[in-house]
Amino acid sequence: MAVKNYVLVCGGSACESAKGNDIYKSLLHQAEVQGVSNDLQIVKTGCFGFCEKGPIVKVLPDEAFYVEVKPEDAEDIISENIVKGRMVDRLLYKEEGKKEYKPENIKFYQKQKRIVLRNCGLIDPESIDEYIARDGYLGLEKALFELTPQQILDELKKSGLRGRGGAGFPTGLKWSFTQRIDADQKYVVCNADEGDPGAYMDRATLEGDPHSVIEAMIIAGKCVGADKGAIYIRAEYPLAIKRLEIAMDQARERGLLGDNILGTDFSFDLEIRLGAGAFVCGEETALLASIEGKRGMPIPKPPFPAAKGLFGKPTVINNVETYANIPVIISKGGDWFARYGTEGSKGTKVFALTGKIKNSGLIEVPMGTTLREIVFDIGGGIPNGKKFKAVQTGGPSGGVLTEDFLDTPIDFDSLISVGSMMGSGGMIVMDEDDCMVDVAKFYLDFCVEESCGKCAPCRIGTKKLYEILSKISQGKGEIEDLQKMKDMGQAMKKASLCGLGQTAPNPVLSVLNAFEEEVLEHINDGKCRAGKCKDLVQYSIDESKCIGCTVCARKCPVNCISGDRKVAHVIDQSRCVKCGACYDSCKFGAVLVS
Amino acid sequence: MNSVNIRINGKDIICPEGANVMHVAIENGFDIPNLCYDQRLSPTGACRLCIVEMEGRPGVHTSCTMKAGEGLSIVTESDKLSALRKSTLELIFSEHKATCTSCDREGACSLQDYAYRYGAAEDRYPSIVKGGHSDNYTEGGIAIGYDVEKCIRCMRCVKICEEVQGAEAITLDGRSGNVVVNTPFSMLLTDSSCEMCGQCVDTCPTGALYAKAAKGKGRVRTMKKVRTTCLYCGVGCQLDLNIGADGKLVKVTSEPGVIPNDGNTCVKGRFGFDFIHRDERLTMPLIREGDAFREASWDEALDLVATRFSGIKEKNGSEALAGLTSAKSGNEDNYIMQKFVRTQFGNNNIDHCARLCHASTVAGLARAFGSGAMTNSIDEFSDTPLIFVIGSNTTENHPVMGIKIRKAVAEGKTKLLVADPRKISLTDIAHMHLQQKPGSDVALINAMMYTIIDEKLHDRDFIKSRTEDYERMEAAVMKCPPEFAEKVSGVPAEDIRAAARLYAAAESASIVYSMGITQHTTGTDNVLSLANMAMLTGNVGKPFAGVNPLRGQNNVQGACDMGGLPDVYPGYQKVHLPEAKAKFEKAWGVPLSDKPGLTVNEIMHGVGSGKIKGLYVFGENPVLSDPDTNEVVKSLKKADFLVVQDIFLTETAELADVVLPARSFAERDGTFTNTERRVQMYREAVAAPGESKPDWEIITGVANRMGADWNYNSASEIMDEIAAVTPIYGGISYERITDVGLQWPCPDKEHKGTAVLHQGKFSRGLGKFHPVDYLPQQELPDEDYPLILTTGRMLQHWHTGTMTRKSEVLHGIVPEGHIQISPADAGRLGIVSEDMVKVSTRRGEIRIAADVTDRMKEGVVFLTFHFKESPANALTIAALDPIAKIPEFKACAVKVEKY
Repeated sequence: MAVKNYVLVCGGSACESAKGNDIYKSLLHQAEVQGVSNDLQIVKTGCFGFCEKGPIVKVLPDEAFYVEVKPEDAEDIISENIVKGRMVDRLLYKEEGKKEYKPENIKFYQKQKRIVLRNCGLIDPESIDEYIARDGYLGLEKALFELTPQQILDELKKSGLRGRGGAGFPTGLKWSFTQRIDADQKYVVCNADEGDPGAYMDRATLEGDPHSVIEAMIIAGKCVGADKGAIYIRAEYPLAIKRLEIAMDQARERGLLGDNILGTDFSFDLEIRLGAGAFVCGEETALLASIEGKRGMPIPKPPFPAAKGLFGKPTVINNVETYANIPVIISKGGDWFARYGTEGSKGTKVFALTGKIKNSGLIEVPMGTTLREIVFDIGGGIPNGKKFKAVQTGGPSGGVLTEDFLDTPIDFDSLISVGSMMGSGGMIVMDEDDCMVDVAKFYLDFCVEESCGKCAPCRIGTKKLYEILSKISQGKGEIEDLQKMKDMGQAMKKASLCGLGQTAPNPVLSVLNAFEEEVLEHINDGKCRAGKCKDLVQYSIDESKCIGCTVCARKCPVNCISGDRKVAHVIDQSRCVKCGACYDSCKFGAVLVS
Repeated sequence: MNSVNIRINGKDIICPEGANVMHVAIENGFDIPNLCYDQRLSPTGACRLCIVEMEGRPGVHTSCTMKAGEGLSIVTESDKLSALRKSTLELIFSEHKATCTSCDREGACSLQDYAYRYGAAEDRYPSIVKGGHSDNYTEGGIAIGYDVEKCIRCMRCVKICEEVQGAEAITLDGRSGNVVVNTPFSMLLTDSSCEMCGQCVDTCPTGALYAKAAKGKGRVRTMKKVRTTCLYCGVGCQLDLNIGADGKLVKVTSEPGVIPNDGNTCVKGRFGFDFIHRDERLTMPLIREGDAFREASWDEALDLVATRFSGIKEKNGSEALAGLTSAKSGNEDNYIMQKFVRTQFGNNNIDHCARLCHASTVAGLARAFGSGAMTNSIDEFSDTPLIFVIGSNTTENHPVMGIKIRKAVAEGKTKLLVADPRKISLTDIAHMHLQQKPGSDVALINAMMYTIIDEKLHDRDFIKSRTEDYERMEAAVMKCPPEFAEKVSGVPAEDIRAAARLYAAAESASIVYSMGITQHTTGTDNVLSLANMAMLTGNVGKPFAGVNPLRGQNNVQGACDMGGLPDVYPGYQKVHLPEAKAKFEKAWGVPLSDKPGLTVNEIMHGVGSGKIKGLYVFGENPVLSDPDTNEVVKSLKKADFLVVQDIFLTETAELADVVLPARSFAERDGTFTNTERRVQMYREAVAAPGESKPDWEIITGVANRMGADWNYNSASEIMDEIAAVTPIYGGISYERITDVGLQWPCPDKEHKGTAVLHQGKFSRGLGKFHPVDYLPQQELPDEDYPLILTTGRMLQHWHTGTMTRKSEVLHGIVPEGHIQISPADAGRLGIVSEDMVKVSTRRGEIRIAADVTDRMKEGVVFLTFHFKESPANALTIAALDPIAKIPEFKACAVKVEKY
């Protein structure tokens, strides 16, 4: 009997951790109980992207988009939507202020274009058949039977694809370097060591569509003449690893991976290498060293991995998102891909949109989309009526961009021209409650931990910058500190060995540039306008506003707020740890920060 | 390699394409600041001080990681670079605690110099050094210390340990600002894979790593550096003795780029010279009175020696006297010693311990090639496609040569084939290890040649044009198929075939061997077999090939070259040939004997039998070094008159009638000839103890009292005489070898020396094949003595321990001997490591602790001969090779019992 409905359950890490698997099982159970098992197919898919509202369940062909679903909602979904053909209104996503649900009106998706994430949220990532049904491995077939290596390179060059790991190097050019070298052994490596704080583009791609990366790597092997490949993935991504392993096994069973692929004389196989969570191993030379079993430290380039990479052999290395683009570029052609994006940056870019934003989640937009569109149209703006302050792109390597730059189109060159960078796709939005000294400190703290310690400017500079920022956040900053940070920042930018050190001062330098006034307030007035720098703030309770609801007293982790019910409360300043829990929990604006 | 034009600060320079730009800059006198650069290491790019600006490429770039390409143009100093360097230095100073006022390196410190040059303040950024000296991996060790507060994490120590030494004992630990140098799992250095070579200390740019014994003993800038040649093994490393204000040796450093060791040394070279200042040094001549010695003046002692020797000569005839010369002493001393014996004793009874190490090499290679020396040069081992190491524990006994091999293998440039009864350290990295039974080498080599001939892998052109007597050799080899060799050697036939193919297939292949080949009753046969195999494959007379005996002692090559042998004058001119005799009679002005003299063992037997009454032992310790010690002692006690000349009262000296105090290599000038035939200087660096004198001066004193009239004012004068009478040394003079030694043959003053022997033509004309048949070892294991004992040396000690056991560091690391035994044998005997065992042969027994190790093959045990408390040579057999008269140190039957 033909299946009437598809029920898609998000199986991304975020939704899984919010009982996604229980929802899936409940749906199966309910379908069984209600006797409709044969009428539907329940599929656990990859990430839908709209993580803010997860767990998400989608029912096709009705296009019912259910958000914040709980396992106990399964009964209604089956009984109403499947059995009776009526959408479950209470679970449907509705735009703010709207009472009606219209699938085409979900603003979160309206400006998105899914190329990389084309299968995420649509297919079962553990089923190669579903991947193939969506034209999967068509690109490989074309690469094996129709195209010469040069023609593959030509398509890539036509597509204008640039590396999505952050640096934006033209992928076709990179491959061509390896392709034209004569060597007894070449390798294809996938950098899945995603490490920017808040970024999860690659994880979602691998969890939702592992075959897209595998297919691309086989195509790369065919193109450059490599027969071995490795996916270097951080061990903290167990679900992605599991799905990759399943996908690799399936590909081997189907003769798509291993010896004599699809009956040709081309052989290629892959293995997974686990990273131990060092951010620097996302730097390609450090990553290769780590695969070789060495300490993950970058080495100076040139030679580039394209010429001398893994075990000294020519190596193609790209990140997950770059690879995920390639099967469709090959199957649909470079020209098709080049229709999207801007002159210098073709295609789309996936971002992990987080921070002070209503619709946090994973988004994919055509290059050239402006920051404003992302923050306010897709992201839905800033929650709780707060004011937008800045957006950080490029993670610990990027910079903060103020409102003045909101109309900057997202592409590799524009972002650099305004003092930030594309990076791998982390995008964090800040509002007026965020202190920019604190933001800079956060990123430096990350780099202090993650610098490999090899070159002097990065090893020592990150630590020194952090120390100075700490001092400033404690109100102990001196005016000379600004110059010290600029000097050090320059030394790090210019003289560090690898990208980590060269970009590590960017968050600080961009804060000094865009928010100098706020930094000076910390130094000169001992004031943190956002109330984030604990040493500079004091929390107190406005007697006139406090209604004595006791929420703050209950939230206070050190029990330093006292007061009877319905009587204004008081904070014991000597014990307050300035965590801000009272401020955040008060619904009456009675907690003051000064 | 192509040359390219590059430009540095506007100066046009031509250099090889791909050359390291920092290296080129330094060579052309540009002083680019650097802290993490060491020319021996792969570029690190960690300190970021060597940044330069490059034309046509924006930004700044590290010159240490830059390769020279056509048209490259860089600027090494600019305001921009200075500002960046200043900032980077200021950052480094927050990690490096500037305690210059109390630092040994103050005034000789690049970091300090650069800080001054770029105006970097050491206190611009607060220190991130964690206060106080925390415990680290160097605690408890006596050689090396690590001061984390001075460490700038340049990685030179880590990289030299990994890339050059191959020990991989230290690493960076932690990330970012928490990075420190450490051992894996923070184990103590003394428990790690550290070989205590001290390379890390030597390359450290800031003094964070230091020699503990040198700490506070003098500032580097005030220290006098004296370039010398190491007196341990035959590699001949060039070292700098650093002499403090009090005239004493403080430490040893070494300079990269210097031939032959490129700044590398082993633990002995780095830490093994404190013996020179020991109180036990001999300071005055000693004359025996009853059971004791009394001090005497030089005149009294020398008069007595001359009178007694002259008396014996008169009474018992010339043949009743003999001398042992010294492979530890310089060429000049050896020349004088043999001249003394030949002119004053009037016979050729002069020999030395080369008899115990490479006599079979000299005999074998001279027969096959016409010269008994190493055919090729140490330098070539960096790029040799295949190295076949047989019977050489290179990393322990010729350590700097060993690390060269290790590095070449690690870099993938060299395939390594090892044949050794033990799993020596090189077997860990070898492509193949053939673990043959001791004494089965001829069978093994013959079977390899069988395969090469059988599979037509031999070089017929070479055999035809360059050699003779091939057919007889082939007939002998064809009697020894791999299956036969398997039975004899225990090495599977298929492995023998695979090894043969590996050796024969290499573009060029070098054989490296040592005592494992020579110290057998079949020693000469073993050497001939190797010579056969090299000729069979055309691997002689070209670079990266050859037959390369590694000479064990610092000057065993020179002692032989100088005629410290009973059958040859200096330069291997045969005593029985009338023209040679006439030449030396003319040169020395006295009639000479044309009768070849006695060898070491024959001399000892002669002393024992009463035939030899007077013996002059110079710089040798036969009581511990000769086989069957008990017999040696018995013999020496029978001597009418025994003179021992040494720097310490050795076990042999204790038996002497007169003991003459000599100066060590650090207290006088002279030359040693290393294993690659390179004649190198050693120099006076410290004051001699007491009234000790250079050996040549003492011997001259005796000679003149016996009627000679020698007037040597310096060692240099003696070298001029050597050059005059020794054709292979014809072009050698002190003037020419001040900076870099010359390799003989060097026939005249214009000749640049010879790196590779037998090029185009063998020394003897055609290379001669010798048919060699396998013969079993002299004493086979039986029911009473079921195991095979093999003996040798270890990294930390030297010969009879006269020097190394008086070194704090060396003796500290290994204070006592062990017998290595396989787990299978140990299990059967109920022995575990550190158990005391009794080891006995038909000749003697010793008591020693056991070291149960899988590096030993079942049925074979191993002892070193360094320890007088457990003298291996009390056990060994004095069975001799019939041609070379070398004893079979490497195999005898032995019994091991739990004590």
